[in-house]
Amino acid sequence: MPKKILMAGNIAIAEGAILAGCQAYFGYPITPQNELLEHMAKRMPEEGRVFVQTESELAAISMLYGAAAAGCRAMTSTSSPGFSLQQEGISYMAGAELPAVLVNVMRGGPGLGNIGGAQGDYFQATKGGGHGDYRLINLAPASAQEMMDLTMLAFELADKYRNPVVLLTDGFLGQAMEPVIIRQPVTELPDKPWAITGAAGRPKNVINSFEMEPANFQPRVSLLLQKFERIKQNEVRYQGIHLDDASLVIVAYGSASRSALTALKMARQKGLRVGLLRPITLFPFPYQILADLAQKVSDFLVAELSSGQFIEDVKLAVGLDKRVELASQYGGVPLAPETILETIERMSKVTIGR
Amino acid sequence: MVRELEKYLRPGIGVTTYCPGCGEAILMGLILRAIDELGLNMDDMLFVSGIGCAAWIPSPYFNADTLHTLHGRTIAFATGAKLANPKLKVMVISGDGDLADIGGNHLIHGARRNIDLTVICANNMNYGMTGGQVCSTTPVGAVTMTTHQGNPFPPFDLCRLVRAAGAVYVARYAVTQPLPLIRSIKKALQTEGFSFIEALTPCPVQFGRRNKLGKPAEMLKSLMARCVMKERAEKLSPEELKDKIITGEFTDGRD
Ligand SMILES: Cc1ncc(C[n+]2csc(CCOP(=O)(O)OP(=O)(O)O)c2C)c(N)n1
Ligand code: SF4
Ligand SMILES: [Mg+2]
Repeated sequence: MPKKILMAGNIAIAEGAILAGCQAYFGYPITPQNELLEHMAKRMPEEGRVFVQTESELAAISMLYGAAAAGCRAMTSTSSPGFSLQQEGISYMAGAELPAVLVNVMRGGPGLGNIGGAQGDYFQATKGGGHGDYRLINLAPASAQEMMDLTMLAFELADKYRNPVVLLTDGFLGQAMEPVIIRQPVTELPDKPWAITGAAGRPKNVINSFEMEPANFQPRVSLLLQKFERIKQNEVRYQGIHLDDASLVIVAYGSASRSALTALKMARQKGLRVGLLRPITLFPFPYQILADLAQKVSDFLVAELSSGQFIEDVKLAVGLDKRVELASQYGGVPLAPETILETIERMSKVTIGR
Repeated sequence: MVRELEKYLRPGIGVTTYCPGCGEAILMGLILRAIDELGLNMDDMLFVSGIGCAAWIPSPYFNADTLHTLHGRTIAFATGAKLANPKLKVMVISGDGDLADIGGNHLIHGARRNIDLTVICANNMNYGMTGGQVCSTTPVGAVTMTTHQGNPFPPFDLCRLVRAAGAVYVARYAVTQPLPLIRSIKKALQTEGFSFIEALTPCPVQFGRRNKLGKPAEMLKSLMARCVMKERAEKLSPEELKDKIITGEFTDGRD
């Protein structure tokens, strides 16, 4: 049996980054992400790697840009307001095709909101967030183990596609202590011939995100769009539970999926045939998987810790003729399984004739 | 806080969120004392703060218009509010992290424009609210949640920084020097232009504990022992000045 260690989700992200060969970390304090920053403050120097507590999230994203351009595996972590602050830099990184890992341990918003967990940054993270035509790969862990595993995957995907990757999680998962199996460290990092490492013995590299002539810039954006298409083709990840016989499917990610799983078990005990589809990648979104499910299921229940953001993608996937209801909390309030169960029971009683 | 100052607090405020022994709660009382002694009408004032324990001093507690803004941009918000309504006496109260780290750029530009603001920067040498991380004001060697081996970087001398940027009134006092600090706040409020006071204040819970500085009362005592007035400091040798914090007025608008 591999050894399991009890750790908070935020710590599992930090350790996952170290295992993935993260060479530089830049971050600024913000709750409920602080344990991650503080753990990196201890562990990165121990590993002989770079840790900087920056003077702001703007400095963090810019240092990350610099380190990524220099060919480093690098990461920043923050929570919602700080993620907003980083959007300009993120757009530039996407434009310059720089690989890096961005962690957002979401909290209640808008504004300062509060330090409770939330999923209100869904649109911002999955649709771009900053200016211009770009997408970020979005990974949504649902356990401390996945905090580690998906952080490691985030570094792989960032390098594979030369694109920033977001680990989109929230304060509840960040703080929750769970057993984690420690993975093997990555020992071989990919070559980055495009990096700005000093040009001795090779053609000189340029890293930027602009072409002043629009006609010249458009082909560059087209190349980005082709890359996003490849990502959509190859990287969709999800977990399905009890989908085979389900007459109602809950769709939920991250910590909402944990409440959903509990609600599913309670519903099954009552003899209700409920399934769960949990997207692990939010971009690329599992549209096709949901569309296929909608061939045999017509009742969907979306559980999210935001007031109806994620549900838009679900509706897009299953079609407007399907019944899609929402069980949600927002503003930093956790979503009780009972709330989801109530909606399941209501939906099971009243079947809408079609 | 003395009872006569309670009239400056928003009705219904029972207890504050400050930890027991927090210097920022003392600072709150000293600011209100200065306002009281000047006989200012709270209805003619506006208090602007960012995010942090210090930013809670005026908001929501002061019974006046308060603008609680986003982390670090406090001076910019205050500039906008002052320019929109120049008759208001605008006071900025925020933390060292808020004003000098994430907001450092706005701080020096506010001073350069010499906009008419009274800025009180509560320097507790760390980020109290987020659990005690390093700040640009943390002394070399201090242990924080992000400097486990001790802070390797020298802190800003905020007064020199803001003075160099163009502020007309610049002073530093600790909450253990209540009378000079109240006098300084009054002077800053009466000075036209950018006035800046660095108020040293102990954070026993996040900073003191990690640096073994003892109970709140001991922290106050050692802060008292470390602070020397500028005039006396001029007569001390570098050896004697080691570990001392020089307090006083560094410019009062006349030079
Ligand atoms: C953009 C953004 N980043 C980070 C935070 C988290 N945050 C809240 S208060 C604070 C630091 C406060 O330190 P300081 O201004 O020194 O005030 P203190 O609590 O020490 O009085 C931070 C980093 C935030 N609210 N917004
Ligand atoms: S954390 Fe520090 S600064 Fe904040 S209230 Fe507590 S003692 Fe005061
Ligand atoms: Mg502070």
